[in-house]
Amino acid sequence: MNEKENKGGNNDEPNKKFSIWDLPDVPMGQLPPHLQLQKTRVVCKADAPIHTDNISYSGAYASIGVDNSVHLDLFRDNFKVNVIRLTKEDMEFDMIGIDPALANAFRRILISEVPTMAIEKVLIAYNTSVVQDEVLAHRLGLVPLKADPRLFEYLSANDTPNEKNTIVFKLHASCKRGERRTVYSEELKWLPKGSELIKEAGQADSKPTTYTSFTCSQDVLPEFSEDPISPSEDKIILAKLGSKQEIELEAHAVKGLGKTHAKWSPVATAWYRMLPEVVLLEDVEDEVAEELVRRCPDKVFDIEDIGHGKKRATVARPRDCRLCRECVRGEGWEERVELRRVKDHFIFTVESTGVLPPEVLFTEAVKILEEKCERVISELS
Amino acid sequence: MCVAGNRREMEHGSLNDPSKATFSFVDEDHTLANSVRFCLNQDPRVSVCGYSIPHPSDARVNIRIQTTGEPAREVLKDGCQNLMLMCQHVRGTLDKAVADFRMNNPTKMETKSDSEMET
Repeated sequence: MNEKENKGGNNDEPNKKFSIWDLPDVPMGQLPPHLQLQKTRVVCKADAPIHTDNISYSGAYASIGVDNSVHLDLFRDNFKVNVIRLTKEDMEFDMIGIDPALANAFRRILISEVPTMAIEKVLIAYNTSVVQDEVLAHRLGLVPLKADPRLFEYLSANDTPNEKNTIVFKLHASCKRGERRTVYSEELKWLPKGSELIKEAGQADSKPTTYTSFTCSQDVLPEFSEDPISPSEDKIILAKLGSKQEIELEAHAVKGLGKTHAKWSPVATAWYRMLPEVVLLEDVEDEVAEELVRRCPDKVFDIEDIGHGKKRATVARPRDCRLCRECVRGEGWEERVELRRVKDHFIFTVESTGVLPPEVLFTEAVKILEEKCERVISELS
Repeated sequence: MCVAGNRREMEHGSLNDPSKATFSFVDEDHTLANSVRFCLNQDPRVSVCGYSIPHPSDARVNIRIQTTGEPAREVLKDGCQNLMLMCQHVRGTLDKAVADFRMNNPTKMETKSDSEMET
């Protein structure tokens, strides 16, 4: 085939190779604009989005001479992070130049695989409140605890609870006769020396055994002496007490993962969305411009004065677009406005429950994905 | 983590053609499998790569890899290595971005350290 072309194309110089790639209108090394748009943008039409797939196969464009493989250096050059908002419990940042496979892996790990401490066992000594024991225990389990899980170990089935794997809290609340009161999470008192409930009476000379066997007090550790362990919020309602009702219990918190139970999830939630891109395909002027501004509930568009009493619509705040598609609905609007999403630009939001700051949580999530890879490599070797 | 020490990975393939194989990972899910698949698809040596979870109540994923000649095992190792390096880069970039943000927004930083002092 190639030889045939050679003969046909260059009769005078049979040695010079003719190639279709030498033609002037063949885009070398880069995709033609329409394919580039399909590859990098989701276009949201009035009925449904199109080009939603991600073309990651390295040879996807081999037939037009474009290399689609991504090398690490290319990733390093293109990857960017912009922090938009950062507080103690939540964080919003832009992650640019990353594949949804990775962004989603980070999100999944944040929700279900970053370990935290949560109350797992509740020893109820006394409960005359209307809240049943099992309901109260469940409520206690969901209270987020301000304790760095990296300082603790997992408690396996055969382990005895000790200072490295268990945190003990005490709750003793009672209500006077003729009164009512609410029990808040701030009343959970940390017991750094371990359980105080006696399991069985020991010999007269030895110490009685309790439900934990701590060898030392947790508050001598420098991490905890300055920042004592407590629930991360003070005003979480645990129960309500009526006249002469009383609760006395001990709660044991252990380390766990969100995939076992949501109480171990370190985030209220973590999510991402792709950056919206709003493009005006033609000049939208006068009444139509006003109509466009009126249609958008998120106030994405503005009107600018272009002189001679004429007005023109502009895209002022594309980031606020929620993709309601109100602006592309109806006759003729899809020709004026195009809604797109940038496929490799993620607006990532992490809401921490207060266990760890959000930026630390994200770093931990990335480390966990690294550990998974490391494990696969070591098992394959 | 739970089965540390146990061999969690299995390779199913033919003895005389190492370029095609299915790897079965226990205790993994879409999180790892989809990321690895993405990494491998970008590798020019890979002709086909995909994964499946045979049954939702079985914590196992199967990753199928067919290469243009290289042993699938080595290509998978390289893919994981690449993924790890990408993660490290993400971590470094994020740390830098957070530090920059703190530097540019010192007021927020102060309120943060103040509230930390209180607790």
